[in-house]
Amino acid sequence: MVGIVAYGGYVPRLRLARKAIVEANAWSNAALKGGGKDERAICNWDEDALTMAVEAARDCLQPAERGQLKAVYLASTTLPFQDRLNSGVAAEALNLGDNLETLDITSSQRAGTSGLIAAARTAAAGGGPLLFLTAEKRRTRAASPQELSYGDGGAALLLDKGPGIAELVAHESKAVDFVDHYRGDGRPYDYTWEERWIRDEGYNKIVPPVVKALLDKAKVKGADVTHFILPCTIARVAAGIAKKLGMPDSAVRDNLASAMGEAGTAHPLVMLVHTLQDAKPGDKIVVASFGQGCDALLFEVKPEIAKLAPRLGIKGFLARRKPETNYNKFIAWNQVVDQEKGMRAELDKQTALTTLYRKSGMLTGLLGGKCTKCGTLQYPKSKICVNPNCNAMHSQEDQPFADMPARILSYTADLLTYSPDPPQHYGMVQFEDGGRLMADFTDVDVGKVDAGMPMRMVFRVKEYDPARGFTKYFWKATPAAGASAG
Amino acid sequence: MAKGIRDKVAILGMGCSKFGERWDCEAEDLMVEAFEEGLADAGVDKNQINAAWLSTAIEDVHVGKSGVPLAVALRLPYIPVTRVENYCASGSEAFRGAVYAVASGAADIALALGVEKLKDTGYGGLPQRGRGVLNSMVNANGSAPGNFAQLAAAYRAKHGVSREDMKRAMAHISVKSHDNGSRNPKAHLQSKITEEQVLNAPMVAEPLGLFDCCGVSDGAACAIVTTPEIAKSMGKKNIVTVKALQLSVSNGIEAQHNSWDGSYFMTARVAAKRAYEEAGIKNPREQISLMEVHDCFSVTELVTMEDLYISPEGGAIKDVLDGFYDHDGKLPCQIDGGLKCFGHPIGSSGLRMLYEMYLQMQGRAGARQRKEQPVFGMTHNLGGAPNMNVCSVAIVGLEGA
Repeated sequence: MVGIVAYGGYVPRLRLARKAIVEANAWSNAALKGGGKDERAICNWDEDALTMAVEAARDCLQPAERGQLKAVYLASTTLPFQDRLNSGVAAEALNLGDNLETLDITSSQRAGTSGLIAAARTAAAGGGPLLFLTAEKRRTRAASPQELSYGDGGAALLLDKGPGIAELVAHESKAVDFVDHYRGDGRPYDYTWEERWIRDEGYNKIVPPVVKALLDKAKVKGADVTHFILPCTIARVAAGIAKKLGMPDSAVRDNLASAMGEAGTAHPLVMLVHTLQDAKPGDKIVVASFGQGCDALLFEVKPEIAKLAPRLGIKGFLARRKPETNYNKFIAWNQVVDQEKGMRAELDKQTALTTLYRKSGMLTGLLGGKCTKCGTLQYPKSKICVNPNCNAMHSQEDQPFADMPARILSYTADLLTYSPDPPQHYGMVQFEDGGRLMADFTDVDVGKVDAGMPMRMVFRVKEYDPARGFTKYFWKATPAAGASAG
Repeated sequence: MAKGIRDKVAILGMGCSKFGERWDCEAEDLMVEAFEEGLADAGVDKNQINAAWLSTAIEDVHVGKSGVPLAVALRLPYIPVTRVENYCASGSEAFRGAVYAVASGAADIALALGVEKLKDTGYGGLPQRGRGVLNSMVNANGSAPGNFAQLAAAYRAKHGVSREDMKRAMAHISVKSHDNGSRNPKAHLQSKITEEQVLNAPMVAEPLGLFDCCGVSDGAACAIVTTPEIAKSMGKKNIVTVKALQLSVSNGIEAQHNSWDGSYFMTARVAAKRAYEEAGIKNPREQISLMEVHDCFSVTELVTMEDLYISPEGGAIKDVLDGFYDHDGKLPCQIDGGLKCFGHPIGSSGLRMLYEMYLQMQGRAGARQRKEQPVFGMTHNLGGAPNMNVCSVAIVGLEGA
């Protein structure tokens, strides 16, 4: 028996109005005109699949729960590294230690669900607690239909033996090399075939038998399904399949198209987290996904769900929302246009991998020091305590700072330094229990920053090295308001 | 505390190039320009110089490393030449090297020369440069104005000052320095400005606008120092001696320990206290006649008035707006235009400040000469950022003062 023990979600704060996409592009593609409703989630310039996975994980796990984890799996088709273990970076950022099984799962829109099935098997066999992460930052061509329908986001599930809050009752899979779209090696964008064919020959023929087999295996009638999850950007497909399988109309879950768009391989689990936030004990949840075949999973919600500590989940992060109407910002951040960045942006950004390894706790995990002689917290950890009344040598143990509340001591909004999102806000943030850091700020509103403001730390892209394709990560401060369940 | 070097070293001569956008000059040309003036003023032969110190802070955009560029530019006779760098306080560091050499008896006559040639980057402001392998992974994506701008937020929070009052006091500082710069033919910026212009200028780093920031300039300045005895033996009159020379360097408290509130410079307070003690000054507000401070940004000058114990804590805004620091005020600050208008060729600035004090002491400051004979002149030369910096405080005066 295996189940979901806890969940977490993440949706980037910025929501681009689809109207802005249509206004910019309908002159060249009139077919876009009907798609100008609502909004889609877009990553800030310093967010990607990895940073979103880390945020979803932080939403899922209390810091105290992290020590016991045995495995971290990460599913995404938009990972920042082709060859550097992305789940390993996430584990380091979360300070999970190195006694871990880590795995990246990719290459399909089913990576999220197929990975979850593999993770469930591992956890059922005693390999848990296992943290399953998924996130997607989807790149699209300007004026493509996908630019309207796609969105960014992520989810996290903690799996372990036992029923948890939602027991995995059964799962079913089928592999079919049906190429509705593909993204070749080194290509940034999806290449997509005709929508009507994808609907008729793809979804409608491949998904129903798999879901039926799942229900038969679990001896559950379609009518007894409480929540049916099937991400699909084509209208009415999920509802049609539900009907065919005898599920009530009310079971078909909102695919969040109007609130955030479709977050690729992460989307089935984004929708699952969203569903768990509504679910009651006894609810039966079917999660189905489509991508070179189909996966289907049946969960039964357990009474434990009522005891789950509050968290933001997908709902909370959807509510933490900042409307964005500047389409140019979106295409500049995603390298759709070749933007002039100025000479200040030309500075070489090479990363010394030796230093990165030596200081990985400090850099990736935001570990500082705590002096065992005087108790002073300090970042970074050093050989000699910073407290002028102590200065003890070799006295510091690791002190995590990432989850400690902080406040702004001083700040500025800088228009001189190169920033993808000027003005660059940064300042001294002071941690509640001691220690401070001159940190970049992110997800702030111009004119609404001042000394004393409560902040929390988030794992973000510090900068990208275009000469070598290396993404540098570090921690930034962001307004705490709306960003925590507590 | 050691008894210090009060009156052990005299300034024999000083020189300073025109500061500004010297498109037609290499750093070597600027060094020669300052040295020619300094050497003539000192009245010595180049071969009498026993040792030299060269200060540059951003050498990778002009001369490169080592003492060699100075030795070659001036054709120094194979004497010891050392290049020093201590952020924007590098000029004071070169001076310290030369002065200590003389005070120790290791040299009879020593040269300190600072130079910076910044206008070869292709853009305005300071050159972008690496911060070190680890720092570049951690440091905020900041700029010099952004680092110093933060003083304002912390100062406002500490003293309950409104954004508007803060901005107005900062504006007065810049208007005053432009007024002073207009009387200085060597200054980079010689135009007067109005408070309205300052307040309406484009923002650089909140709350610092364009006129809250000093100029980035090319230039060089130098000092030739010796003992008072040698200066006298050469027939020098009105000898200006070094009364105090102090340096304080952050050890990480400001950046890492929550005892610092972000609104002032810990280093400046330490260096100022030590300098007053070395110089025997009990009441700086009354005893200091002139000041050149490190006004890289208007807000830096504002808080420095308190850090140097001239204005009471929280009282700088009132003193500034009362005109206490204007050229005709009780204690003129930046009578030559300061970094703001004389300009800021990094490695030269500490020496440029001393150059002004020296001229003023000797009554040679032209249109900007202070009428009352200055007794003690103080220079304050800062480098780094408020949370991690080096601060030099020097006091000079006429021998016997």
